[in-house]
Amino acid sequence: MEDYVIEMLHIRKEFPGVVANDDVTIQLKRGEVHALLGENGAGKSTLMNVLFGLYQPEEGEIRVKGKKVSITDPNIANNLGIGMVHQHFMLVEPFTVTQNIILGIEPTNKGKINLKQAEREVQELSDQYGLRVDATAKISDISVGMQQRVEILKTLYRGADVLIFDEPTAVLTPQEIAELMEIFRTLLAEGKSIILITHKLKEIMEICDRCTVIRKGKGIGTVNVAETTVTELASLMVGRDISFQTNKQPAEPKQTVLKIDNLFVKDSRKVDMIKGLNLNVRAGEIVGIAGIDGNGQSELIEAITGLRKAHSGSVIINEKPITNLSPRKVTESGVGHIPQDRHKFGLVLNYSVAENLVLQTYYKRPYSKFKVLNYKQILQKAEQLIEEYDVRTPSPHTKARALSGGNQQKAIIAREVDRSPDLLIAAQPTRGLDVGAIEFIHQKLIEERNKGKAILLVSFELDEILDVSDRIAVIYDGGIVADVKPEETSEQELGLLMAGSGHVKDGEES
Amino acid sequence: MENKWFNILVPIISVLIGLFAGALIMLFFGYNPIQGYIALFKGAFGDLYFFGETIRQTTPYIFTGLAVAFAFRAGLFNIGAEGQVIVGWLAAVWVGTTIDAPMYIHLPLALLVAAIAGALWGFIPGLLKAGLGVHEVIITIMLNYIALYSSNAIIRSILTENADKTDMVAPTASLASEWLANTTYFSRMHYGIFIAILAAVAMWFIIERTKLGFELKSVGYNKHASKYAGMSVKRNIILAMVISGLFAGLAGSMEGLGTYGNMTASSGFSNIGFDGIAVALLGANNAFGVVLAAFLFGALKVGALNMPTQAGVPNELVDIIIALIIFFVASSYLIRWIILRFKREGK
Repeated sequence: MEDYVIEMLHIRKEFPGVVANDDVTIQLKRGEVHALLGENGAGKSTLMNVLFGLYQPEEGEIRVKGKKVSITDPNIANNLGIGMVHQHFMLVEPFTVTQNIILGIEPTNKGKINLKQAEREVQELSDQYGLRVDATAKISDISVGMQQRVEILKTLYRGADVLIFDEPTAVLTPQEIAELMEIFRTLLAEGKSIILITHKLKEIMEICDRCTVIRKGKGIGTVNVAETTVTELASLMVGRDISFQTNKQPAEPKQTVLKIDNLFVKDSRKVDMIKGLNLNVRAGEIVGIAGIDGNGQSELIEAITGLRKAHSGSVIINEKPITNLSPRKVTESGVGHIPQDRHKFGLVLNYSVAENLVLQTYYKRPYSKFKVLNYKQILQKAEQLIEEYDVRTPSPHTKARALSGGNQQKAIIAREVDRSPDLLIAAQPTRGLDVGAIEFIHQKLIEERNKGKAILLVSFELDEILDVSDRIAVIYDGGIVADVKPEETSEQELGLLMAGSGHVKDGEES
Repeated sequence: MENKWFNILVPIISVLIGLFAGALIMLFFGYNPIQGYIALFKGAFGDLYFFGETIRQTTPYIFTGLAVAFAFRAGLFNIGAEGQVIVGWLAAVWVGTTIDAPMYIHLPLALLVAAIAGALWGFIPGLLKAGLGVHEVIITIMLNYIALYSSNAIIRSILTENADKTDMVAPTASLASEWLANTTYFSRMHYGIFIAILAAVAMWFIIERTKLGFELKSVGYNKHASKYAGMSVKRNIILAMVISGLFAGLAGSMEGLGTYGNMTASSGFSNIGFDGIAVALLGANNAFGVVLAAFLFGALKVGALNMPTQAGVPNELVDIIIALIIFFVASSYLIRWIILRFKREGK
């Protein structure tokens, strides 16, 4: 008999109107990394929430180390040695690493927290697993990568044998991802088992032993990673063949559409985030901005689109200066913007899909006449866009909140692309989306480029930048530090440039 | 669809629980709750006079309910409806007592000035919120007191010579209706109810059908996305407060030109504005819901007057019972949560 630490057998979980999990089986062997692969909304989170005792399954059973268990609340899961590292870290920023780790299970002596002892324990644990975390550092002072390691420590401190990682690499740089993979190996060496929730096939190929695929709530099966290919995994996940090569002709750039000259932008703390940035984007090309989060990408986009004031420099669209115009004036100058945070900026979640689809045009004819909205026209337009961009929604009246991430993004893209802007800014357009949606969005961007539009793509995913862009501008510390062609560079080189150590290369060139 | 039913169910259950809690209180103090509620019902609907009074009381509640609901839809909490009622009331009476004009000019003018006064009283917190980010709740609370004491001062030293109440408004500015009074055994019911219904229709139209309503709701739901979509968040905040104040100002004119026909210097608030918050909540911030909720509040307020005389329930207890009903209405959040909880366990 196999040595399984966790077995979830034939799990079925229903919500009113939806079957979220239907006959899903996942068996985790001791000492393996087991991938849980599926599109967004396939039911991965539901399954893990069942394992965590947040939901009760209607059918099926859970076994831990061969024994049938009933997990009715998260504490039971904790006691059974199951720990979860969430995608969005659950850390108290002003607290130290140790304070965060002991939160809820503070070692006390007559009601007084013994912080010194806890710090010692945390430091020992960190050293044991090679996590290189400073137990006394404040969360707000440490990097995202280290915050994630604190989350890992949190589960280890609580005695977890099984660690579940929910999309752990979404926020990391290539170098940090490599480190995380090292950490996985150490964890395995120490006898831990890992479930990795992901839809990044490359990571599965690199680190996982086996992979369980869920599609539309149904368990599709488990494959040995060594015996499969990326293409097979992708088609298992979406249920059809996927092309990974973004089919595109070489770019034929024409006149300059966007010209940014010596731009300076401060963030809300009044710190300079963009420092003398220069950038050109021409019609018919996709320029990818590569960089680590926090190097001025958001401020740059906000300054172009009028959401933030630039304090010097100029932004010119089609030879017309638009510096510090209002967002509406910028939009009307021919700029489309797929915002990075689709819930904060891209959508009014409580508005219907139809209302969101006219969010940029509602004030114009035919959607409004004499300041009164014409819902008939709005619905007509919405139905057309829903059809054209394959937005999967029960109806145009459905609230945007109820759509899956991929369909929300499709709705935003439909709205922005349909206006046919001369410059389309796409910030992290595929963040958190599954392969099917990513493929669709990349195709749309390339289509627009082929129509002679200028596209500015900002992404933290190097794969995306390398795949889609015709030209890559690397942003570091508020300036463009390199301008390279995707076919002449590599992930390693970009990684170094993004980390600010591009001077060597500059020296070589000159 | 499920959501719609839910939104109707919650306020109804809130009211029922409130009535039940009130019954417990009456039992506890040795009064008969059935008699108490019969007295309440009779006091509100017992005959045409009581019905007329209920409608009379409902009228300003519709306006203040609309005022609070309108601001809510734009994500603002207008606690200042009370002050806006007072300035509207004062402005209406001022115009009603000092100007000499035919009715077709005098009455609309008085209403208009009341609306403008209320709107101005809403504009101040709106401007401060939009321009400086000062929270509207703090400003509106302060403006309530400013409105109360300034109007007292104006009544005593400008509109009268040290009297505690103003003259009655001229008949040309009065909303009083002989016809309505006659059909309701001389209740104080006046034409204002028709204006209130019109106002509710206007609010529905603005919120659901116009470009302005689209922007206001959008700003209320998500300021960032609204700004991204090119809307002016500041302009919309100010407009929402101005229109909210306008409704509340009209509520004041209902009292000044209709119910009382004058204004009395007062040591405390009228509570019409504050009750408007509960009306808006109970009506789910929806124009039609506000009309129904205002009607319920009107009935409770008027009917309660009958409880001490008919069922012997003391005045103080009546106030507690009414407060309990409002409490459960306001805590509909809790009820929402309990229903959801039940649903989940039932499944």
